[in-house]
Amino acid sequence: MNSNDTILITYREALKQAVREALHKDEKVFLMGEDVGRYGGAFAVSKGLLQEFGPERIMDVPLSENGFVGAGIGAALGGMRPIVEIMTVNFSLLAMDQLVNNAATLLHMSGGQLNVPVVIRMSCGTGRQLAAQHSHSWEPLFAHIPGLIVLSAGTHEDARHMLPMALQSADPVIIFEYTAMLNMEKDMPGNTSDFNINKAMVRKPGKDISIITYGAGVYKALDAAAALATMGVEAEVVDLRILRPLDKDTAFESVRKTHRALLVEEAWATVNISAEISACIMENVFYELDLPVQRLGGVEVPMPYAKHLEDASLPQKEDIVERVKKMLQHD
Amino acid sequence: MIEFNMPSLGADMEAGTLREWLVKPGDKVKRGDIIAIVETQKGLIDIEVFDEGVVNQLLIREDEKVPVGTVMALIANGEKGTGKTLQRLGKETETGKPVEEWQPVIAPHLVKASPLAKRIAAEKNIDLQTVKGTGEGGAITKEDVEKAAAQKAVMNEIKPPATESIRMAVAAAMSKSNREIPHYYLQQKIDMRKALAWLVEANKLRGVKQRLLPVVLLIKAVAKALTAVPELNGYWENGFRHKDEINIGFAISLRSGGVMIPAIHNADKKTLDELMTALNYIIPRARAMKLKSSELSTSTITITSLGEANAELVYGVIYPPQVALVGFGSIIEQPWAEQGMLDVRPVITATLAADHRATDGATGSRLLMYINNYLQKPELL
Repeated sequence: MNSNDTILITYREALKQAVREALHKDEKVFLMGEDVGRYGGAFAVSKGLLQEFGPERIMDVPLSENGFVGAGIGAALGGMRPIVEIMTVNFSLLAMDQLVNNAATLLHMSGGQLNVPVVIRMSCGTGRQLAAQHSHSWEPLFAHIPGLIVLSAGTHEDARHMLPMALQSADPVIIFEYTAMLNMEKDMPGNTSDFNINKAMVRKPGKDISIITYGAGVYKALDAAAALATMGVEAEVVDLRILRPLDKDTAFESVRKTHRALLVEEAWATVNISAEISACIMENVFYELDLPVQRLGGVEVPMPYAKHLEDASLPQKEDIVERVKKMLQHD
Repeated sequence: MIEFNMPSLGADMEAGTLREWLVKPGDKVKRGDIIAIVETQKGLIDIEVFDEGVVNQLLIREDEKVPVGTVMALIANGEKGTGKTLQRLGKETETGKPVEEWQPVIAPHLVKASPLAKRIAAEKNIDLQTVKGTGEGGAITKEDVEKAAAQKAVMNEIKPPATESIRMAVAAAMSKSNREIPHYYLQQKIDMRKALAWLVEANKLRGVKQRLLPVVLLIKAVAKALTAVPELNGYWENGFRHKDEINIGFAISLRSGGVMIPAIHNADKKTLDELMTALNYIIPRARAMKLKSSELSTSTITITSLGEANAELVYGVIYPPQVALVGFGSIIEQPWAEQGMLDVRPVITATLAADHRATDGATGSRLLMYINNYLQKPELL
């Protein structure tokens, strides 16, 4: 494969290739989760893996999130490299005790003796009209917890390459994947030599405004930037990628260049990641700002079922374009 | 509380830029103290205060340009009086106007500017008060400041050197004079033989540095003549306003072009030696464009004297709002007829340019006669 080549791939397939590669590379790696084996995964990400790797490495678990996440943590403590799939972020609330009190805290509680190299994947955000209980964006909740590394795969590239990197980590890593993007087909760079899970990335350079986002916001922001480009506005799109520990420097660098920032994410606006980024910008690059920092977040209502209301509850490409135009007083 | 205003340093001055405060709140000041430096078209001027008190508040920031009459500072003098205790230089009226008619205090208004705009403005020395904001809610943005900086750069490029701005100041004052003042002119040849002879004797008693020049006789003669013809000492401001003090504005041509007219205060009451000292004090400072506000703005009449080896006579243009200008040409040897005899005498031609709104030729003529008479009796000067 030529390093300049790109690969046309769906987000789902990218996720699957990542799991498959990890299983091939390291015998200590195994996948556990609800319906990951016989059913092939609630979103068909692990379809066929049971047949390829067998039930010891593709493990169906009972519907008990706190239980199987705890089992995963135990396996990690015992020297394995478990990939725990929580079907969706919505159910992660049931596993919060294990995640916060064990995964994130054991290293501290054991005086540095016990690290927890577990990787927890979960599907996040809206799907197909899944309504109030199954459309959560809990990234800010996890990014709040010291001891966790929190990644957000907002692009196909990250869906494909974040997992193998996460498995190198000595500490617990949460990877957010996005249900709404599973069927999305994109060209993905074939070259991964400079891939990392330390830095945020400028997905599109620009000079007029920084749109700082992550997860499901990335492609929306890129689409918005493309639309803005036709109006002569060069927006820079920064994909945060790593929500904990935040790579603030990349965001600051962008603000130093554009002097304006719009923060976009699907999570409810109050106390979200954007709030943190905004505060960091104020603390560090205040004198670079030519406009007040602005945020576009999820509307603070339980997610409606109706499609048009669901769409209206989240920042969309058009909202981003409109807000940027307003900020730049672009007529 | 006394209000300290941006003084008018001449009829042509509309605004001044405060360059430096020499006092801060809490400082005691007394009459004659120089408390600020203001830049006008005539250069940097030391501004004096005319009251005693304690500086209460400085209302204008350094490098701020404000119109004449703007309250620059408040000075506490222990009284609550709102009477006009501060001399409004060059614009005095008979009695204090009600305070309400004064220029309102320009309180520094809040500037809404982005942090970046503020930073760039500080770096480029741009006063945000002068920048128009085009951003959200009228906020000043980076672009606004950069535009202002570019404009400033252009302005600086075309900004004339100090002497050229003096040229403009002279132009403005003289245009106003020619436009508004109906001048009439008189001239009188004056025999200077006695005066010069007296001067030679008088200088024998003085050291080289103390020696008198003919011009002090001319100044004193004009000052004394004005005590006899007070109608020519004062301002025309909606009618003639006589001035008790005789402050002679003495025109000094700058080597680089342009004219400065510092005042010699109470010239009629000064001895010749004091006048000479005053001239020696004032001329180099005028040439250096470093005069005090009171010297620039308080003349009640102007003398222009061409000095040696120059033209024979000069018809002056009155410096508004004054009503008269006395001109002296060079002292030149001329044939002089007197009592049926012809002689050669050192002669000076005195001219008077006067405002016909304020006086008529007869008044002007009287002034020239008095000047002549005094110069014939130099011992009385």
